[in-house]
Amino acid sequence: MTTRAQLLKSPQRRDFLKASAAAGGGFMLEFSFPFVARAAAGRSATEVNAWIVIHPDDRVVIRIARSEMGQGTYTALAQLVAEELDCDWAEVSAEFASPNENVRRDRVWGSMSTGGSQGVRSSQDYVRKAGAAAREMLIAAAAAQWKVRASECSADKGVITHGPTQRKLRYGQVAAQAAKFRPPADVALRDAKDWKIAGRPLHRLDTPDKVLGKPVFAADVALPGMLHASIAQSPVFGGKVKSVDASEAQAMRGVKKIVRAEDFVAVVADSWWRANRALGKVKIDWDVGAYGEASDATIAAMLREGLADPKIAEARKAGDVAAAFSSVEKIVEAEYASQYLAHATMEPQACTAWVKPDGFVEVWTSTQDGMASLFAAAQTAGVPLERAEVHKTMLGGGFGRRGAPQDFVRQGVTIAMAMRGTPVKMMWSREEDMQHDFYRPASLVKMRAGLDAQGKLVAFEAKIACPSILEVLMPGAARNGIDFTAVRTLSDMPYEIPNQKIEYAMRNGHVPVGFWRAPGQQNGVYRECFLDELAQSARWDPLDFRLAMLQPGDKNRLVLEAAAKAAGWGTPPTAGVGRGLAVVEGFGSYAAGVAEVSVSADGGLKVHRYVVAIDSGYVVNPDTCAAQAESNTVYGLGALTQSCTVRNGRIEQSNFHDFRLPLIGDMPKVELVLVPTGDFWGGHGEPGILPFQAAVLNAVCALTGKRIRSLPLKKEDLRFA
Amino acid sequence: MIKLNVNGRVHEVDVEPEMPLLWVLRDHLNLHGTKYGCGISLCGACTVHLDGEPVRSCGLPVAAAAGKKIVTIEGISAHGMHRVQKAWIEHEVPQCGYCQTGMIMAAVSLLERRPRPTDADIDGAMTNLCRCGTYARVRKAIHAAAGVAEPATKS
Repeated sequence: MTTRAQLLKSPQRRDFLKASAAAGGGFMLEFSFPFVARAAAGRSATEVNAWIVIHPDDRVVIRIARSEMGQGTYTALAQLVAEELDCDWAEVSAEFASPNENVRRDRVWGSMSTGGSQGVRSSQDYVRKAGAAAREMLIAAAAAQWKVRASECSADKGVITHGPTQRKLRYGQVAAQAAKFRPPADVALRDAKDWKIAGRPLHRLDTPDKVLGKPVFAADVALPGMLHASIAQSPVFGGKVKSVDASEAQAMRGVKKIVRAEDFVAVVADSWWRANRALGKVKIDWDVGAYGEASDATIAAMLREGLADPKIAEARKAGDVAAAFSSVEKIVEAEYASQYLAHATMEPQACTAWVKPDGFVEVWTSTQDGMASLFAAAQTAGVPLERAEVHKTMLGGGFGRRGAPQDFVRQGVTIAMAMRGTPVKMMWSREEDMQHDFYRPASLVKMRAGLDAQGKLVAFEAKIACPSILEVLMPGAARNGIDFTAVRTLSDMPYEIPNQKIEYAMRNGHVPVGFWRAPGQQNGVYRECFLDELAQSARWDPLDFRLAMLQPGDKNRLVLEAAAKAAGWGTPPTAGVGRGLAVVEGFGSYAAGVAEVSVSADGGLKVHRYVVAIDSGYVVNPDTCAAQAESNTVYGLGALTQSCTVRNGRIEQSNFHDFRLPLIGDMPKVELVLVPTGDFWGGHGEPGILPFQAAVLNAVCALTGKRIRSLPLKKEDLRFA
Repeated sequence: MIKLNVNGRVHEVDVEPEMPLLWVLRDHLNLHGTKYGCGISLCGACTVHLDGEPVRSCGLPVAAAAGKKIVTIEGISAHGMHRVQKAWIEHEVPQCGYCQTGMIMAAVSLLERRPRPTDADIDGAMTNLCRCGTYARVRKAIHAAAGVAEPATKS
């Protein structure tokens, strides 16, 4: 296949270099970027509309505004555009849309934010319309050339046919003319039952390059004359640099500069290893601020104090909880807790920035939001948005780490400003990445439930103490003291429970928290485990107990039944295996899971099987959805045992030896059951994790009688077998 | 100057003998297919072949690689896509893709030692970490690649 040397000689590569030189970019990349087609578009290809570029030889390039971090949006969105465009899928490739161009073209690509499983569901409408509009314009151009009515023409696989005469024109032949036509005011979108390209398990567009090691991640950016930087931030969150002694580091081989900022120190050198090695020799005295003594114990005390807050905020109220509790047959209470967790993307945070002599700022980074990166870059450099560009690279994992916080872009640009005229690639060491994340919040939740004489759940109360993600990332967004990411799944239960009171105590502490795959998912763990406790107390089957509280037609019910059926719920599991289930909706979809586990005599937990049923309304690529179900399973599995603990104000874990990821042998068999019911668009990047941990913990309890209410598992003497 | 044989080509690099091979490949030879993940020889994203054996290049001083045959992901596919890479595409293994080149290097090496690996062989040899959770497909693709009739190509 293509080597780098061959790549340099390939026609596309030559076109790109010529085009970028012609565009005055002045830079020469030492690898192929997904921007090849756009650069070439100015020469021979035609932009039919902002989303679609067609070459004379019929190659179609579809622009993707959202980021690709493994979830498959790059391919799924292209499928949706191609579906309506009626082009030949074999001719389709994709490229990222430019944030700078998005600013200059009045936000023509809309949002670039890629989180909350939004990629497909929040842009499907306008990207499909872009495909349909382009198809109409291409047909109109062919009809004009033939001097016939457009209504007599049809398009299929990139070929337009005039019905009465059977004359044919290819998209590549009419694209230039088509672009001159006014886009149709309104276009009809195809019904999902008629889809030919969408809805099918097509191969991903990014896979061939990925197996060859060709995609450029932020860590791989290489520019002529580029230098490398490694940074050290205050080990205690919020700390500031007090003094720096870089005399030894400065003299080390390859070191070009020591950059001192308010809250970090960076070494710039001619290779990353040299920069990082020298950084280790810089003596930094930190002003750690007020949190130098913070620990797991102080954080636990902070959360516990929240539960007792007389001014706790009310997130939901229904019926009369106090009255209901006074007349119930039985009251069950439990407390659940979980730990801080790092995202631990395999690619550490990285950003290459180049402040040109004229002040224009160019940035290459792995970002979940190209526009947020552009804002961060321009703001840091003090230039208008038009004077900055962000090149979106492929992401070596995202999971929420690279969206709202743009710390890495601010740092990259700050370093580049100190090296004006020279591009600098900043990459964090793994240790820096593990200890400076925006962590999945730790939380403490107390629940209380009242059952009537029939064992029916009639009163439910929950007090949630949890740091607020919104307070860290979007200050002011939390209304009336409520952060929806901290209360969801408890404040919006699908179960018919007449009396409910859900309260929230925002307790933030100093550990920065952030969106971590399925923000708020720990509430699903608590709720669904507690429901099993209630079912057990009322002597009901966990499935029947839930179904009795779900209206016919409720999609939670549908997925629960689908998962239970696929997993053989009600039939006895193999000897020594326990089975548990859970259902949680979120991110636009409904998900129910059944887990099968075994536990050895010495506490070794093995998850054998996870059946997950998801209703996302529509399914654009079933194979990518299956991959996401597998991905969510492994992410959830890790979250059972991983932990980020705090001591002396800092995170104790530093690398994969003490923040362990599951290994290949730990992976259960994952079976995704797709039950799309149409009429709504849900996501797949996160729903799979929602019922996972509760299903596993319920299975452990079904097997051993041990009810786990606190994570990580090691607190309960369990570990992976 | 240290002489390195990388993917059949000899390079002379002027670097510290203790610089790990990974950084020579990435920052001095511009071979970016080999990734940095942990720097402590744990995650396997930096896996390359040294005289046919898989090694974590982030922990290997470049001096220890001098005079040996180094093969990276770029070299494994120099003469047409390797059957492991084809199997990876067929089974849609990668998600983000960052760890996948290391995974592929480990899988190629496993299949050279064990042409028909069992699941236990795979568990033992594939110690690479993947945060996206591609493990089930890695296993499937290795079995698929093993099922190909043609003998393993020497890298």
